[in-house]
Amino acid sequence: MSALIDIRDISVGFVGRDGRTREVLRNIDLAVAPGECVGLVGESGSGKSTLALAAMGYLKRGLRLLNGSAVFSGTDMFAQSRRELERIRGGQLALIPQNSGQSLTPTLRIGAQLGEALRLHSALPADQHAAKVVELLGHVRLPDPEAIVARFPHELSGGQQQRVAIAMALAGEPEALLLDEPTTGLDVTTQAHILELLRDIAADRGMAMVYVSHDLGAIARVCTRVVVMYAGEVVLEGSTRHVLKFPTHPYAQGLLASIPKLDDSALPIALDGRPPAPGDAGAGCAFADRCALVQDRCRSTRPQLEASESGGTVRCFFTKEAGRQQGQIIGAAPARFSGGDTMLDLDGLAISYARPRLLDQLLGRGTDVPPTVDDISISIGKGETLGLVGESGSGKSTILKTIAGLLPPAAGAVTAGDQSLPHMVEHRDPGQLRQIQLIFQNPDDSLNPRHTVADILEQPLKLYFGLTGGKLRARSAEILERVRLGAHYLDRLPSQLSGGEKQRVAIARAFAAGPEIVLCDEVTSALDVSVQAAVLDLLNDLKRSQGTTYIFVSHDLAVVRALSDRVAVLYQGRLCEIGQTDQVFEGESHPYTKVLLGAVLEPDPDAAPTLAADDIVERAPPASGCPFQRRCPRRLGEICDTDTPPWQSPEAGHFIRCHISLEDLNVD
Amino acid sequence: MTEVAATPAENTRLQRTLGILRDVMVRPSGAIGLTLVTFHVILAVISPWIVPYDYKAMNSLLMLNGPSGAHWLGTDHLGRDVLTRVLLGGREALLVTGVATPIAVIWGGLLGIFFGLVGGRLDEVLMRVVDAFLSLPWILKMLVLIVTFGTGIEVLIPTLAFFYGIPVIRIARAATHDVVARDFVSAARARGHGRITVIRRELLPNVLDTLMVEGAMRWSWMLLAFSSLSFLGFGVSPPTPDWGLMIADARGFMSFAPWGVLGPVIALSSLIIGINLTADALAKALGIDRAQKAPV
Repeated sequence: MSALIDIRDISVGFVGRDGRTREVLRNIDLAVAPGECVGLVGESGSGKSTLALAAMGYLKRGLRLLNGSAVFSGTDMFAQSRRELERIRGGQLALIPQNSGQSLTPTLRIGAQLGEALRLHSALPADQHAAKVVELLGHVRLPDPEAIVARFPHELSGGQQQRVAIAMALAGEPEALLLDEPTTGLDVTTQAHILELLRDIAADRGMAMVYVSHDLGAIARVCTRVVVMYAGEVVLEGSTRHVLKFPTHPYAQGLLASIPKLDDSALPIALDGRPPAPGDAGAGCAFADRCALVQDRCRSTRPQLEASESGGTVRCFFTKEAGRQQGQIIGAAPARFSGGDTMLDLDGLAISYARPRLLDQLLGRGTDVPPTVDDISISIGKGETLGLVGESGSGKSTILKTIAGLLPPAAGAVTAGDQSLPHMVEHRDPGQLRQIQLIFQNPDDSLNPRHTVADILEQPLKLYFGLTGGKLRARSAEILERVRLGAHYLDRLPSQLSGGEKQRVAIARAFAAGPEIVLCDEVTSALDVSVQAAVLDLLNDLKRSQGTTYIFVSHDLAVVRALSDRVAVLYQGRLCEIGQTDQVFEGESHPYTKVLLGAVLEPDPDAAPTLAADDIVERAPPASGCPFQRRCPRRLGEICDTDTPPWQSPEAGHFIRCHISLEDLNVD
Repeated sequence: MTEVAATPAENTRLQRTLGILRDVMVRPSGAIGLTLVTFHVILAVISPWIVPYDYKAMNSLLMLNGPSGAHWLGTDHLGRDVLTRVLLGGREALLVTGVATPIAVIWGGLLGIFFGLVGGRLDEVLMRVVDAFLSLPWILKMLVLIVTFGTGIEVLIPTLAFFYGIPVIRIARAATHDVVARDFVSAARARGHGRITVIRRELLPNVLDTLMVEGAMRWSWMLLAFSSLSFLGFGVSPPTPDWGLMIADARGFMSFAPWGVLGPVIALSSLIIGINLTADALAKALGIDRAQKAPV
């Protein structure tokens, strides 16, 4: 069978400020047969997106083709006129981008946008377009397609927008789809649903797909073949099973080891160092500086891509050694909490975003809108790590903000140590402020771009300890060492750091205060998996040495499992379940916890997610009854809508809030 | 405690300024723009010493003569040397707008930052006032003030500074909103820094970049406005040379003596284009999106 997408010996690069040409892709071959789904994986900057876009003859601004060709269905994409390219792109060859919400036109109704795609790329007569739009929307399993047609993009959830983007890509009856991180940023349940949809579409229509993702779990689910990229090169290529289960390249092994596993509470292993910048790879193997098996030969000679025993190709001199190494790397056990005094106590916390209506305000009445977060009572021991999980909109971050004093609670109290904390940060005394520190999700947003690392670290030191001059600088350097960054970082600006380094600076800033309680808000979700592992390891280290209490918020259940002693599951701002990590992950669980756990994708081609609940997004919690009533796959009936479910405890320390009896919860 | 030698800071303010300047200069728009602006400013300073003739010297024998060896750009309807008057004609405009622009940016910026921080009902009400103000044609508003208080620098500077500060309020408020929503501000608040520290350390440096670009744009608009006022006879009074005034004077003879209009038009547009190009390059160097332009 001849290849549908045939990329040969392609090199793409840009001219740097110094006038040197720096290669982003280096002599890559990629052939995709009709009906085949190939996954491109690698860290950010590995060139995977550039390669996928090159397949449609497109290069990002500033990049140019240095060598090679990209042929799609017999046409050389880099030799076509603009007009011809426009006909093929979006028609026979369609792209589904990462953030579809941004690629849909905000002022056009969904029906109009899809209609346009049909007009450009479909052979159907115009009078059948309206019916076809509805058919396409139904095809991507959007509920009530007739109604969706009249909606604007902002009225849809992220998952629904992604489905519209897929429908749009399908409008031209494409032979191949290019997918660039299509589920990144979506909730786990939504992601699992979208991936199932893509699998089915590919199978039904025999379409070829190129799937770009940093998420090996998603790749495992959708792809038949995987290409691992590193520093603009292919380092390993083979069937999904071989690459993910028996990787013969040290980089692929490192990447796999850095992913936290849902069924294992060990910490993932960090892949230290970072890939060389484009053009800096040197004469030898690009991965040599980070490789555990490195020999002199690797630094002087660049290994070639060679056929491997499993039928794929691999670029390494020591594949046998690498094969033996696989499976021997075992992650460190995380520091575990062994009981202690209560450090932080949340008592009946309720938080409301809703502003009372003017009339209610005037009459002195309260609102009847249920609060965004309600009835949160958790007490956390000294040195304990509490994981807080739930989908977006579940109120995880809101709770952290309230503990930090940035958002006033509508009811309830926060106690730290033996002191009841004033609600707002302005009323807390310096000791109380120092005690609690917050680390944010995205260091690009939490570090002031105009401050150097020294400026950033000196702020808490000056504020809480009154340090000045040489002492201040020495202490800043010492703190940097603790997050494994050298003192030479002090005078850098955030823009001069990598993503992982930035997050370490943010962590260093929090620990500069010598806090007892650190609130981590999705601290690893903006990072590459290899970097994420290093950050988790750092947090664990700091916990061990400082005895810090953490509240760790994440949507990634495997990450939570790796670090937490106890886990609380939130839905719509209400607690569903709380217990020891193993109890929650392995014992009886709330139907919602089951849904979440079932949707997690593991980097294992044999694991399939279970999709129990619809991936609808609820905008407000129900007025009464169980918060999960509208999506619950095990709904009992009327009682779920009217009565607040009782707390049940299958084991000491494990609580589930559900009407279903414990015996029945056990049975699936 | 480990001993750390105080290394020379790599990122001092001076280095940043130089870096931005370099970034502006490497862009074609920045290089051309900055050259034009510098040329005009230098010319405005030294022109009284280099002009070939007296700008008021009339000569009835030389009325509306075309360009010649003695008068490179010809003479106007009163026989005055056009080149002399073009060379001198930007001085008033640059002086008035050069003083009025910083004033406009400062007062508009401060008020905008204040609105942005206060938020709520007060902000809403005051911004609607600003909107209402912006919806009136500028020339009408300015003429009212000038007719009431008379012309002259002492009226023109405050008038221009006032009217051109109002759109700055909008820009500063929007920039403040953007910065306040970012996590580093929440982080500073959560640490317990005082309000003033948060504003000075976290907010201002990030808003100032936007205001700088905005100031450059305001400057070019203000120059246009000043020249228009002169053109209408409300700016500079004769016989002081001014581009706007010169265009007004020479307009009637444009069909047979176009040099009278051409000189000041080229001078004025090259300055304004220069400022715009510089502002564009500056915005790119600072990484500010200029897509959202302010309505005037």
